[in-house]
Amino acid sequence: MKRSITSKPPSQRLFVNARVIDPSQDLDIHADMLVTKGKIAAIGKDLPRDKLKKSCKIIDCKGMVLAPGLVDARVFIGEPGGEHRETIKSASRAAASGGVTSLVMMPDTDPVIDDAALVEFVRQTAREKSRIRILPSAALSKGQRGEEMTEIGLLSKAGAVAFTDGRQTIDSAQMMRRALTYAGDFDALIMAATRDNSLGGGVMNAGLNATRMGLPGIPREAEIIPLERDMRVVAMTRGRYHASTLSTSDSVDVISRARDKGLDVSAGVAVANLALNDNDIGSYRTFFRVSPPLRNEDDRLAMVDGIRTGKIDIICSNHDPQDVDTKRLPFAEAADGAIGLESMLAATLRLHHTDGVPLSRLLYCLSTGPAKRLGLKSGTLEIGAAADIILLDPDMPWILQEEELLSRSRNTAFEGARFQGRVLKTFVDGRTVFSRDA
Amino acid sequence: MTNSSSSSASAELNAPAFRPKPFNLRHLLGIEGISTADITHLLDRADEMVAISRRVKKERHTLKGRTLINLFFENSTRTQSSFEIAGKRLGMDVINMAVQTSSVKKGETLLDTAVTLNAMQPDLLVVRHNAAGAVELLSQKMGCPVINAGDGAHEHPTQALLDALTIRRSKGQINGLTVAICGDIAHSRVARSNIHLLNAMGAQVRVIAPSTLLPGHIEDLGVTAYRSMEKGLPGCDVVMMLRLQSERMSGAFIPSAREYYRYFGLTAERVALAKSDAIVMHPGPMNRGVEIASTIADGVQSVIVEQVEMGVAVRMAVMEALHGEGTAGDGAAA
Repeated sequence: MKRSITSKPPSQRLFVNARVIDPSQDLDIHADMLVTKGKIAAIGKDLPRDKLKKSCKIIDCKGMVLAPGLVDARVFIGEPGGEHRETIKSASRAAASGGVTSLVMMPDTDPVIDDAALVEFVRQTAREKSRIRILPSAALSKGQRGEEMTEIGLLSKAGAVAFTDGRQTIDSAQMMRRALTYAGDFDALIMAATRDNSLGGGVMNAGLNATRMGLPGIPREAEIIPLERDMRVVAMTRGRYHASTLSTSDSVDVISRARDKGLDVSAGVAVANLALNDNDIGSYRTFFRVSPPLRNEDDRLAMVDGIRTGKIDIICSNHDPQDVDTKRLPFAEAADGAIGLESMLAATLRLHHTDGVPLSRLLYCLSTGPAKRLGLKSGTLEIGAAADIILLDPDMPWILQEEELLSRSRNTAFEGARFQGRVLKTFVDGRTVFSRDA
Repeated sequence: MTNSSSSSASAELNAPAFRPKPFNLRHLLGIEGISTADITHLLDRADEMVAISRRVKKERHTLKGRTLINLFFENSTRTQSSFEIAGKRLGMDVINMAVQTSSVKKGETLLDTAVTLNAMQPDLLVVRHNAAGAVELLSQKMGCPVINAGDGAHEHPTQALLDALTIRRSKGQINGLTVAICGDIAHSRVARSNIHLLNAMGAQVRVIAPSTLLPGHIEDLGVTAYRSMEKGLPGCDVVMMLRLQSERMSGAFIPSAREYYRYFGLTAERVALAKSDAIVMHPGPMNRGVEIASTIADGVQSVIVEQVEMGVAVRMAVMEALHGEGTAGDGAAA
């Protein structure tokens, strides 16, 4: 396999003096870690150095955090069809700098990825152009029209890791029922958007701010009602279901109750809904127009609590590049979406620094949690696992500057944001795919 | 002791640091956030403009030679002509531009239009747009003052100012009055601007509408909400009606115009519920027999025609104030 982007890695790397956090093994120790031939070979205090090869490179981590590379379960990329917004190559560059070593690419492209050949196209492009692992997801319905299901078996075989209509919520309960039933035969995971198409027709969270600004609101129930319906359908079909991005306290309760009943359901939250609320929209700032919408502070805190208590196991960037044509518009006419690959980790760390969520819990939701749910081998530092690793300074202060973004689009909700915590190095299969110059 | 302390307090208030700052807004994009002093200042100026407008010779050359562009993305005859007349009375060259917004990519055109217009070096831009926030977005690209002539369901500041002027001239003051705003609150920029202004000036504001036309959390804007005219009107000094857009009349928000009139139309019986000297207002154009009975619209309590007159005066005052021209200067905001 040709990997032109990265140079050949040393066959051995020894990370010394690191704080190794592996949420998959409940590990948080000061130790060394040895990587051999792209795999994790050993973790331990004062690893013996006498048997190391001569070519072994030793990296002094200076007490910084060594953790599994991040797994982002919801990333929109413009390729094919919208390369002016983002390509697989530019997304992979942005992802690597944000510590993301695996990402699930949404099938909302042009054409929609609803055919095995298109899945193969994405994988091929990723092999040639990407530094990190790009995992295609496939559409659940043909053309994402919510009517007929796609070839779930063939698409799975071609490499689709999950099935989703991306931004679209499936209106028809019958369609959802059949898809969940059929996908169950292949053990395929369905990732669903939950925003009722008629009730959720507004442009921002329904509430005082929407009323004051004269904008049509999206009530919380627009999310809760489709989610509750889907829970009933899951109970009926016993399918595997993941609610991609939740935003209200009631949604967390709905998911939690369904899990208590033994349903195979999980939930994710976009980092924007953890770090921001609808006051941040200010005066019609369209970069804060995202879907699900930024809710009020009570809901934000409920989402943070969902992460803390384990009711939500996945934090995603919900990276959605948009350009001037779709964003520099009056708020009601602008498109939803903000980029997030480069700010996901730093924004999530606000929960550690400000809201008091343990660092290892956050890293779990950013790596082990999504990897487990998607059935991936990454998100862990177990011996023998692929060395997808980040070196992280959890306290480094920095300010996000628009001109320093690597993504092809600039629609970040965190422009000028003050962050604490930044990725220093990112490795995939033991190769350096990103290194920040100190 | 009381004497000395009060005189020293007033002396302190008159010290330069505490004197209300003269009007120094760059644009007039909304009422929200404008100080009571600035509102009073604009109303005082507008009062002078009323006198000027009633003269035979109406010219006032304070803004002579400057260019005013009226940019209307939504059709409006009366607001546009009101701005046009106001501009001309101040000596400005007025250009009217009606822009059709049928194309899907109108937003792109919006910023393009702004850049293009800005290059023509206008001195004042008046904009109406169907999207909330659009005027503010456009103002970011303009080098001259921008007046919001209505943006979606957000704000229509000059309408609120002309309503306030009408009320003040009729009632002597706004502080302490009870004002009912009735009708389609949810989609009304007039309602929002009036709520902000009347609250700032010390009035008690009520909104009366069927629940489908009341936006959520409206009471957090400082109003009391009523779902029936019979409950909301008693004790009101001012009854302000709103226009019901025809597209809202047929099922989506209310079942029919007939039913709306039956429960929310302003009839003689309902006017009688308010104070006996209450005034009736409407921003126009009216749907007679839908939100207001003809006899009331043309009746003795109606100040609807006066509102139109005040509209020109208020707009003249705003235009001058944004250019820092004219009378009612520093520190005289009493």
